[in-house]
Amino acid sequence: MPSHSPTPVLGALVKLGRVTLFLGRIVAQCLPSLRHPRLLVAQIYNAGARSLIIVMLCGLFVGMVLGLQGYDLLQRFGSESSLGVAAALGLVKELGPVITALLFAGRAGTSLTSEIGLMRATDQLTAMEMMAVDPVRRVVAPRFLGGIIAMPLLTAIFDVIGIFGAQLIGVGQLGVESGTFWSLMQSSVEIRDVTQGLVKSLCFGLACSLMAVYEGYHAEPTAEGVGLATTRTVVSSAVLTLILDYMLTAAFIST
Amino acid sequence: MANPNRSLEIGTGLFVLLGFAALAFLTTQLPGSAVQLRSASDSFQVTARFDNVGDLKIGAPVTMAGVRIGRVTAVSFDPSEFKALVTLAIERRYNQIPDDSDAAIQTSGLLGAKYVGLGPGGASTYLANGSQIQFTQSALVLENLVNKLFAGIAGKKDSDAK
Repeated sequence: MPSHSPTPVLGALVKLGRVTLFLGRIVAQCLPSLRHPRLLVAQIYNAGARSLIIVMLCGLFVGMVLGLQGYDLLQRFGSESSLGVAAALGLVKELGPVITALLFAGRAGTSLTSEIGLMRATDQLTAMEMMAVDPVRRVVAPRFLGGIIAMPLLTAIFDVIGIFGAQLIGVGQLGVESGTFWSLMQSSVEIRDVTQGLVKSLCFGLACSLMAVYEGYHAEPTAEGVGLATTRTVVSSAVLTLILDYMLTAAFIST
Repeated sequence: MANPNRSLEIGTGLFVLLGFAALAFLTTQLPGSAVQLRSASDSFQVTARFDNVGDLKIGAPVTMAGVRIGRVTAVSFDPSEFKALVTLAIERRYNQIPDDSDAAIQTSGLLGAKYVGLGPGGASTYLANGSQIQFTQSALVLENLVNKLFAGIAGKKDSDAK
């Protein structure tokens, strides 16, 4: 499918255009695809529930390491009591959305790409077209929506587990007082911080799901092509997430 | 056929439930929003004019004897007196604060955030909604203090040289 373009610049433009057009096609099919909610539920299960264990495990360890590093940093200024604030803000605004998105790209994004790519390679998508079933509506849109719905939920779970991980280390091991840990956190974290983190995770969910379904749908229908597409999904999802993260943070901070 | 479907539904339900529980935790428990809402509806407003508020922020605590009794709800500039007009919301249950109490802008720790500390007066009339605190003490601006210190040292050197 991918035609070879003369220059890299033109190639990048072509890809950008294709991704955008594909996004338009998916968005147009999102509402019709909701007529089969079971498909969507299955994809929320695939993207979300099956990523749960890895997200919780990573959240715990990221929170614990934040507890250690935050304590080490803050005690140099004699303000280790604000460890709760540092950990909560770091997790909710930055680490939670970004790391969850990277894990999502690795865990769910790759499986989406290889699944759709194999459907393409085994002519299942063509067969659907023959039966007048739009594969974008039947296959792509539910996966896309499932990813967008799953991402903020996964991020919220990551944040909460991370905060408890930081508490485990900070309060349990390093002797920060549990009362100040929580009360300072509650007085300093604003609802705005939480919503910013969630908006970020929604954007990352959109970007990662889009890249995964795009690469899968447009994979070369060979074993090698599907493998390459899977690799491209991880790379472009991760890069896109980090770039988007910078832009969103800059936008949030300037307002 | 029914069995794998069922476990899928349970798994999805569990995941969504966990996710929303986490969201609920983040939005209600993490920011002290619930506490703030309560104090906003259950409080009375007093104002105080300061020469300089430093970087006092909206939402900063109002304390008495070190205990939080309210928060700052507004900081604005009063062009008629060239002073900062600070509005404080104090919880209604603390309705027996003498109205000649003084308000001072203080700093928690050396570099910490600014807050308003109230010191009790001796009057038998109490602060009520809309009253103004007469006696105020401005924020201690560290830079001014350092400037004064160096000016003092320089002045001393000049007089020594003469």
